[in-house]
Formats: sequence, C-alpha cells, structure tokens
Amino acid sequence: MIETNQLTKVFRDRKHRKEVRAVNGINLRCEPGRIYGLLGANGAGKTTTLRLLATLLKPSSGTVCVAGCDAIREPEKVRARIGFLSTGTALYGRLTARETVEYFGRLHEIHGDLLQGRIREVFSTLGMSEFQDRRCDKLSSGMKQKVSIARTLIHDPPVMIFDEPTVGLDVMTARTIVQFIRECRQKGKTVIVSTHVMSEAEKLCDQIGIIDRGRLLAEGTLAELRAQFAANDLEDIFVRVVEGQP
Amino acid sequence: MNWRSIWIVYDKELRDSLRDRRTIVSMIVAPVLLVPLLIFGAGALMLKTVTKARQEIPRVMIVGGENSPKVLSALRAAKNLQVVPATEDFTNAMVEKRVRAVVKLPPDFDTVIARGDKCEVEIYEYRGEMKSGFAAENLNAFFRNLSDATVRERLAARGVPVEVLQPFTIQRQNVVPPSEVAGNLLGRVLPCLIIVLCLTGAMYPATDVTAGEKERGTLEAVLCCPIGRTELVFGKFLMVLTASIGTVVLSLLSMGATFQLAKRIVAGSAPREVLQSIATVDLGELAGVFLMLLPVAVMLSAALLMVGLFSKSFREAQSYCGPLMLVAMVPAFGAALPGVELNASLAMVPLLNVSLVCKEIMAGAWHWNYILLIFGSACLYATAALATTVWMFHREEVLFQS
Repeated sequence: MIETNQLTKVFRDRKHRKEVRAVNGINLRCEPGRIYGLLGANGAGKTTTLRLLATLLKPSSGTVCVAGCDAIREPEKVRARIGFLSTGTALYGRLTARETVEYFGRLHEIHGDLLQGRIREVFSTLGMSEFQDRRCDKLSSGMKQKVSIARTLIHDPPVMIFDEPTVGLDVMTARTIVQFIRECRQKGKTVIVSTHVMSEAEKLCDQIGIIDRGRLLAEGTLAELRAQFAANDLEDIFVRVVEGQP
Repeated sequence: MNWRSIWIVYDKELRDSLRDRRTIVSMIVAPVLLVPLLIFGAGALMLKTVTKARQEIPRVMIVGGENSPKVLSALRAAKNLQVVPATEDFTNAMVEKRVRAVVKLPPDFDTVIARGDKCEVEIYEYRGEMKSGFAAENLNAFFRNLSDATVRERLAARGVPVEVLQPFTIQRQNVVPPSEVAGNLLGRVLPCLIIVLCLTGAMYPATDVTAGEKERGTLEAVLCCPIGRTELVFGKFLMVLTASIGTVVLSLLSMGATFQLAKRIVAGSAPREVLQSIATVDLGELAGVFLMLLPVAVMLSAALLMVGLFSKSFREAQSYCGPLMLVAMVPAFGAALPGVELNASLAMVPLLNVSLVCKEIMAGAWHWNYILLIFGSACLYATAALATTVWMFHREEVLFQS
C-alpha cells in the first residue's frame, strides 16, 4: 500500500531566485494487487513524486506511507520494501548479469544461500540462466531489461515503482516490461507506474491519476474518468483535465 | 557505521574498476610503464644529446684581430675550436647555425698585449642554444688561459712572484654525508611526484563512481537500496583511495626497479648523484614520507569525489579535474624550489607543508615538532574534505541536479 497526504516538494531555483513547487499537495492511495498510473506531460512532477515515494527525495511537507512505513522517519525500511525501475536499464556494464543482481541482493542484506536461492529463482522465472555470466555491456537491450527487472525483484519487494519504464524501448522489450508489471499485480504487489503514453495507461492501469504542474488534477478508474469527463478516449480526457475544461 | 555495507560497495567498485581499461591504463600501465619510460627515455636522450654536442668541435669565427698573427695562430691551433673564414654578417651566420660562436678581437691585439696594455675581447653567443653555449665556453676558456699566461709573463718580467695575486687559496668542505646530499636531491622530487601520482591514479575512478554513475542512472538504483548514504560514500571513497595509493606504490616500485637496472646498464655515464640517491634511500625515511603523504592521498581522493559529485556528467567532471590538478601541483612543486624552507607559517599550507617536511625527512632531518604539526594539520584537512564529500552525498540538489 502507498498513501500520501498533502505531499509537497519545493525546489529552490537559484538561477531565477524563486521557488518551484514540483509536487503540490498530492493525495494518492495505491492498493495492493492494483496498478496505479500517474499520467502527466514531461515536467508535470511524475518523477519527483516517485522519487519522494522511493525516499530519494525528502518531502517539503506532507506525509508518505509505503508498505506500512513512514518514508520520512523510516526511509531505510521503505527502501527495503520497494523495487524501483526507471527509464533506462541503469546497469554496470563491466559486471556480469549475475554479479549485478548479487550486488543489489547484498545491498538489500540478503546473503549466502538465501541470496543464491533467490538468484536461481529470479533467473529461472525471467529465463536469464543462459546469459547470467555475460557482462552487461555485451547483452542485447531485451536481456539488459531482464537484468534490470531481476535486480529490482531480488528482495521480493511488496511495492513496485516504475518511472516511465518503456520510454525508448523497442516493441518487444516494452512488451516484456508491460508483462512484468502485470505479473507484479497478479502477485498482489502494490504497483505505481508513471507514463505519458496514453495507450499504455489505458491498457495497464486500474487507477489513473492525472498530474500537471505538481498537482493531482483528476483521479479514478478509466471508467470513472470517462464518465466524469464525458469522453471515451484517454487522450481527450487528459487534455480536458490539463486545460481545465469540465 | 555499517562496515559490512561499506565492504559490499568497496568490493563491487574495485572489481568494476579493475575491469575498466581506462582505470588499468591510468593506474597500472601509465605509471608502471610510461612514467619510467618517459623519465629515463627523456634522460637518456638528453644525456646522449649533451654528450654528442660536447664531443662536437664547434665552428667559430674570428672577427678583427688585424696584425695579430700570434693569437690567430693559437686560436687556429686550439683542438676544441674549428675556425672558419670570417664574414661580415656573422650574426646571421650564428642565427643560421653556420657558426656557433664568434670572437671579436681589437686591431693589433698581439702588440697591445706585448706592450702591457689592456684591451677588450668580445665573445658572441646565441644564448639558450646549447651548442653555441659550449662554443662560447671553449672560447672563454682559451682567452682565460691566455690572460693567465700573459699575467704570469708580465709578473715574471718584473720579478714579482705569481703568489702576489693569490695570497691564499679557498677550499669548500662538505659536512653532509653523501647519503644526505642524495636524500636532498630525491627529497625535492619524490613528494611532488607522489602527490601527482595520487591524483592521476584517483582521477578516473573518482569521476566514474560519481559523475559516471549519475550519467548511467545506476546511482539512483543504488540509492533506492536500504544502505546508508554515508556507508555508500565510504565504500566509494575507499576504492578511490586504493587506486590512488596503488598507483603510487606501483609507480615507485617500477621506478626503483628501473633505476637499479639503469644503474647497472649505464654505470659511470649517468649523473653520480642520481644513481647514488637510489642506492642510499633509507627505508625508514621512505616509510616516513609515505605516512606523511597518507592524509594527502585521503584529501585528494575526497576532493576528486567532490568534483565528481558536483558534476552532471563524466565529461564535465574530467574537465574540472585538469584545473584541480594544477591547483594541487603548484604547492606540491613549491617545495622543490630552491630557497623555500620549512617554517611555522608554511607548515599550515596544505600540500606545500607535507612536501617541505618530506624533503627534510629524505635529507635525514626529523623535525618532530614540525612533523607532528604538519601530520595533524594534514589529517585535519583530510577529515574536512571527507566530511564535505559525505555532506554532499546527503544533498538532494547535488545527487539529482537537473
């Protein structure tokens, strides 16, 4: 479960000597076994919101609760309960697939036989056994994406955070990611995904939040949003919400 | 502080770095192969050039000297001078290196000297040009000998003993043992060299584990793990320090071996002081220098990490490292300048203080009050640099600049 209350993040723009409210009083609630889609244009505040949930940034005000832990008071407990997958594979090119996953496992304080058991399990699930000893910079983009997924799954987190996970990927690799997100839902994990691809949000998300200039302007299931804004297409709904049309 | 977490990060960073060709080049290949090659290659080349120039009999020109057959024939007979016919544009001849030096004699030189009068001899040289300098030296020596001989003849003619011009002789005596003389020479060079090596060895790994990680997005992934940021920065720092010290140790071992080899090969022809200095390096002094330079390595590694953290990309970090290198090298090389001596105020200047005290240690002078003061202040600077790096690692605007 992820819950935020009046979550706000203010950055100081030193160049222009002003404050920028990247996230402005956001209240959201993501439940286990469901996918929450955070829909917004570039610069709307999606990445900042997700970084606040992942405790990479500290909120200026408001509260965040992830998997029963307070993100401000217990950031390390929160980090132990989340898997964060962002744009790009973010891998160490000179380490092998196995070494990479092992490193992240050890950072999550999984050691010895337990770690080896988890690696076997994850590699077998993702079909990675063949290339586990190859260096990451020698892998195809699909293989890299699998390694990236494996490192986020190694500690079996109850909460998964995806920051524009399919940006820049080819169709086949993007499908692997989408499939993986669905599997997370099936396993009862709490999933939040940020995207600006309407079709992806339509297909994938159980709950959609539309964010613009740091504010959560609309929220609901696709059916609820369609009913509320009297439009069938999510893109039309998004434009109406952002432009302030009823 | 969780040492297990620090070890996990250190272990991964070291493994990652040692697989990187660029780290291998900056940490192992360059210092172990290139530095000795450069030092001794350049040294051997210079030695060869100087020896060849010394052996060459320089072409000189005599301008003037009308009615002076005695001096002219003596000049032509000199074995270390090759007299060529005079031309009017002798300056051009020197610029075009057709002749290396020119001597201008007054008319009736022989007569003036025989009369017991005084005259002036001018020697023209192309200053800064080695062969011209040698030619001018040869001419100078010729006329100095002629002058001495003339003085002796004049004194003899008057029945005055030569000693009247030299009432006493002067002997300069060295009280320092040869090992300390050698230590002085090595002590000037070694600390600066170690400081530069500390920087070159740490530069690439430091930027790779900070700006490089930011650029690749791996830093964000690691920061999402339940590891403390202090532990993370310490793991990275220890790897950079390892690279820094590793480079120094490998370089010095390589240089030591090359020196010993060079000594066997060119025994007798290379400068004696240089060969002697290696033969007489005291291991205690060397250990003292290493100990003094340890906080410097810590400070420089932390400073490089700060530069990497401050930068948005690997390339940006690399462009900042150049000026940092210069900033560090100026005080480090300051100690090698003649006349710069250790005193209370210089003892507080970072890098310069350590260079100066290392110079003293290598010369066998252990000033314990200065050693303790400088080691203490160097530790203080190192702690401040490391604390600033840790502080920067906790700053959101540093880690997520965009």
